[in-house]
Amino acid sequence: MATQTERRADTGTETAAGGSGPQATGRRSSGETPGRVRGIALTVLTWVIALAFFFPVFWMVLTAFKQEADAYTDPPKLFFTPTLSQFANVFDGGLWTYVANSAFATVVSTMLVMLLAVPAAYALSIRPVKKTQDVLFFFISTKMLPLVAVIVPLYVAAGTVRLLDNIWLLIVLYTAMNLPIAVWMMRSFLMEVPREVLEAAEMDGAKLPTLLREVMLPMVAPGLAATALICVIFAWNEFFFAVNLTAAQAGTVPVFLVGFITSEGLFWAQLSAAATLASLPVILAGWVAQKQLVRGLSMGAIK
Amino acid sequence: MATVATEPGPTVSRRRKAARQEDAWRRRAPLLPALVFAIIVTQLPFLLTLWYSLQSWNLVNPGSQEFVGFANYVDVFADSTFRSAALNSILITGLCVVVAMLLGIGLALLLDRKFLGQGVVRTLLITPFLVMPVAGALLWKTTMFDPVFGIVNFVLGPFGAGETDWVSQYPVTSVVAALVWQWTPFMMLLVLAGLQSQSRDVLEAAQVDGATGWRTFSSITLPHLRRYIELGVLLGTIYVVNTFDQIYMITQGGPGTASSNLPFYIYQRAFLGFDIGQAAAMGVVVVAGTIVIATLTLRLIFTSFTVEES
Repeated sequence: MATQTERRADTGTETAAGGSGPQATGRRSSGETPGRVRGIALTVLTWVIALAFFFPVFWMVLTAFKQEADAYTDPPKLFFTPTLSQFANVFDGGLWTYVANSAFATVVSTMLVMLLAVPAAYALSIRPVKKTQDVLFFFISTKMLPLVAVIVPLYVAAGTVRLLDNIWLLIVLYTAMNLPIAVWMMRSFLMEVPREVLEAAEMDGAKLPTLLREVMLPMVAPGLAATALICVIFAWNEFFFAVNLTAAQAGTVPVFLVGFITSEGLFWAQLSAAATLASLPVILAGWVAQKQLVRGLSMGAIK
Repeated sequence: MATVATEPGPTVSRRRKAARQEDAWRRRAPLLPALVFAIIVTQLPFLLTLWYSLQSWNLVNPGSQEFVGFANYVDVFADSTFRSAALNSILITGLCVVVAMLLGIGLALLLDRKFLGQGVVRTLLITPFLVMPVAGALLWKTTMFDPVFGIVNFVLGPFGAGETDWVSQYPVTSVVAALVWQWTPFMMLLVLAGLQSQSRDVLEAAQVDGATGWRTFSSITLPHLRRYIELGVLLGTIYVVNTFDQIYMITQGGPGTASSNLPFYIYQRAFLGFDIGQAAAMGVVVVAGTIVIATLTLRLIFTSFTVEES
């Protein structure tokens, strides 16, 4: 840091003295050499740490292409003849049913969340109800209620009305689970819509549906996408409700993965293939929407 | 209020009152479906939990349900496993949040510079958070922590790790390691957003004034980051305290109950012991504890959020 500071300080005095041009550039570049070495060292360090963090994911994907014999070796094998047979095995093992359940629960619950959350967020931002703060407080407090505290009555009640191992039970629960996040997020996006724009549109005599469709929608479309993305991630990855309330019929992808710890002997290559397929949709979605991810994870607090 | 204002000039006060009420309901209407849904799905089951917690009821014996008052609560507080699970909950959450936050700050600082492949590095670093937690836990238990074929022992072998059986010898550490791996990217993203929202002018002014790197960091950057760090710690705590996936997949709470946290222990009581009354009472105790902690932290969240909005 010291060298960098000196350099900045130098440039500062030069500017103050009106000294610019070739002389200044010359001095600046001579001061950069130790700084550049430091910069390269930091870059290398950053890369090393990043690769270390990523390694388990890399290893998961690599192992997924191995034969079981190549998965259990000491030292671990980096080079081998790749095979797709593990993926085939996983699909033969019935993954499709679980994927279909996960996809259905994720898509339907996300749509329900949006249908409920967007009007609610509207009533908490654009035309706010009186006790807006209290309502927001209530929504976030449901997020703090430990899930274990409600699992017992849910299990008993679902058993009574024959909803155990039914995908609609998960849909209702996932909707409730993501609703507070979606309300908070959508509210933060709606708060950004400039009042003047709305007022101007109203002055022009725009009716509410037109106002929503033509003025609001284009402005909050990225917000809608970000909110839906977060709901999709949480619903797709959810495990606690799925493992306790579903079985063979309505089981989701995480429930499928449990089979690998209970089945006799572990098939590492096969479980890696299953884990890779299970994680792939969310990993891809997250990579594409990195910016929205930050905003979603902070429930809209961080822009 | 706009609709009231557009009513023509002087009107009878009763009509105005009716209009105001109508307006209030028009405002409330879009909110109600979400509010009613949230109340039914989240609050109703909890009321049932309260009711069940006052009963002795084991699903294995049909018809065993009877009202026993606070007996379940007495049992819960006398249960040493419940206490150790509570301690584990605190330990696992605390360790995970603190370690992940420190690593997150470090990584965010490294990322907040211009360098070759910045975007790729950032993408690599957030990936652990995107891996399905159940899948990640499964991988840590097998390909990473396995005593013979695991990567961890392969890497630590030269340092004398030998054939350490991480999962059974250090169950809590193993769970925390998998959790930290998953949550560090989350903390990093929040802190990085904080770093990037700093005003460059202020930093440059500090440097012109001759402040050293450490001075600038501790007296300008760190105070600016405070809000982001608080937010990360709070949100992280909300999620991590409910950890179930990793414990279920990696240790099953074992050996014995060595690595059970509250969610896992209550799950065991309800779904392996079928003791509905006991499990419900534990749930209520956990909620009571959470409310105490949450009211304190919510106030903090609210200051964080309102500052952002103003």
